[in-house]
Amino acid sequence: MQDLSLEIQFERVALDFSIQGRNKKRILFINFVIYKDLRVEQNLQTNCISLFYRFSTGRMGEVKVIGSSGSVFCTRVEWALKLKGVAYEYIQENLLNKSELLINSNPVHKKVPVLLHDDKPIVESLVILEYIDETWKGYSLLPQDPHERATARFWAKFVDETCVIGSWQAMQAEGEAKARAIESVQELFAFIEKQIQGKKFFGGEQIGYLDLVMGWKCHWLSAMEEVGQMKLLDQEKFPSLHQWAENFKQNPIIHEIMPPQENLVNYFQGGLNYLRSLATNKG
Amino acid sequence: MAENDLKILGAWPSPYVMRPRIALNIKSLGYDFLEEQFGSKSDLLLKSNPVYKKIPVLIHDGKPICESLIIVQYIDENWNSGPSILPSDPYDRAIARFWATYIDDKWFPALRGIAAAQGEDAKKAAIESVVEGLVLLEDAFKNCSKGEKFFGGDKIGYLDIALGCFLGWVRVTEKMNNVKLLDEAKTPGLYKWAEDFCADSSVKDVMPETNKLAEVAKIIQAKIRAQASS
Repeated sequence: MQDLSLEIQFERVALDFSIQGRNKKRILFINFVIYKDLRVEQNLQTNCISLFYRFSTGRMGEVKVIGSSGSVFCTRVEWALKLKGVAYEYIQENLLNKSELLINSNPVHKKVPVLLHDDKPIVESLVILEYIDETWKGYSLLPQDPHERATARFWAKFVDETCVIGSWQAMQAEGEAKARAIESVQELFAFIEKQIQGKKFFGGEQIGYLDLVMGWKCHWLSAMEEVGQMKLLDQEKFPSLHQWAENFKQNPIIHEIMPPQENLVNYFQGGLNYLRSLATNKG
Repeated sequence: MAENDLKILGAWPSPYVMRPRIALNIKSLGYDFLEEQFGSKSDLLLKSNPVYKKIPVLIHDGKPICESLIIVQYIDENWNSGPSILPSDPYDRAIARFWATYIDDKWFPALRGIAAAQGEDAKKAAIESVVEGLVLLEDAFKNCSKGEKFFGGDKIGYLDIALGCFLGWVRVTEKMNNVKLLDEAKTPGLYKWAEDFCADSSVKDVMPETNKLAEVAKIIQAKIRAQASS
């Protein structure tokens, strides 16, 4: 009932200000936010915002993300939703004490991220990205051409399966093993350097699916480098990839949700200390 | 000779190679099947898949596409006038992609784990984890098939291909270890599905005979044992 009365109020305000048409709610909201000169009550103003979000997603359903701050797999989902202009509720998960919602939504893996669309769960970050792209039109994440799509999917799988793990291993390793691990990872980066040469983003002129997947190369990789006392993304060896990272980080939407590097440094350092303590206790 | 310039680099025993072959059959597309020799990699393979150096590779008009499930999606998207392989609804597509990833990342490694298991206990544990996975997939089958013959409904789809390609190896494992993996009592839906899948016109010519696969399995096992003891 409350929603109904808000809807009526909204309609009344729109009528008062002669805002008509399919886009009236959006126009009303934009006017409200930018000009703040609509003479409406304070609580209606606040309600306008939530009503706007509910109405803009209401047609397309209610969207929630279950995530864990600092997880690159969760951040890429948020980036995708923001690029698409989809409003969502973020539910922070404590991975050391998993919620019933998470376990019910992802009974097979019990992992984040989970996208809930009208309470229907979608899991696995790459699957979620494709779902987001197919469900909300407008900004395209994946390219249109089938061969380019196959290429983007191939490199996304490659990055997730080899580079992230490889970098983590290099971070942990010491001495000779570290040097070898660094060399291995840089061989992988060399493939990716070739992919980005001559392009601003992997998606072309705008950020796309593969850029979001590569996004870990920003603060996350830098944090691993700091904790592991190593340099993987060497600017001299990988000038195009380095430039890409700079361009990527500067995008306001990307920047808005990118976790601060210090937090990630603490996170990785904590992980490393824990693993080393396990090794010491064993030996 | 194919009208479209289509080649698949592969080998007949490989379940991953079966996937794009089934997809091309669904779309009624002809292709040249270039068989890699067991134990060696051709120049064409090394050139077409420099990252992983693995089969299958689809070469379309000279352009290579790698990774079996990515190839299947490419085939579905490029020839979108033929029968659909992926479901049309985005949520159903997400479900299909999720289970296909599960099969590749968790379930098939568990199946391979049976052959690699040392000792009776390890073997038993490996078998149990494969069966547990099949119970999960039985549930997925009920939800996706909605009473029809296949995960994809009344026709074979993406998830059928993703799982079905392993049926030959499931049968070999059952035979060589004297164990039932696909149990009619535990997973009745999948048990029936397996028969329907293997009998389908897009599948039957590319599904290897169990006996022939068993011969290959013996050769591979001998190699693994030789490597382990050296």
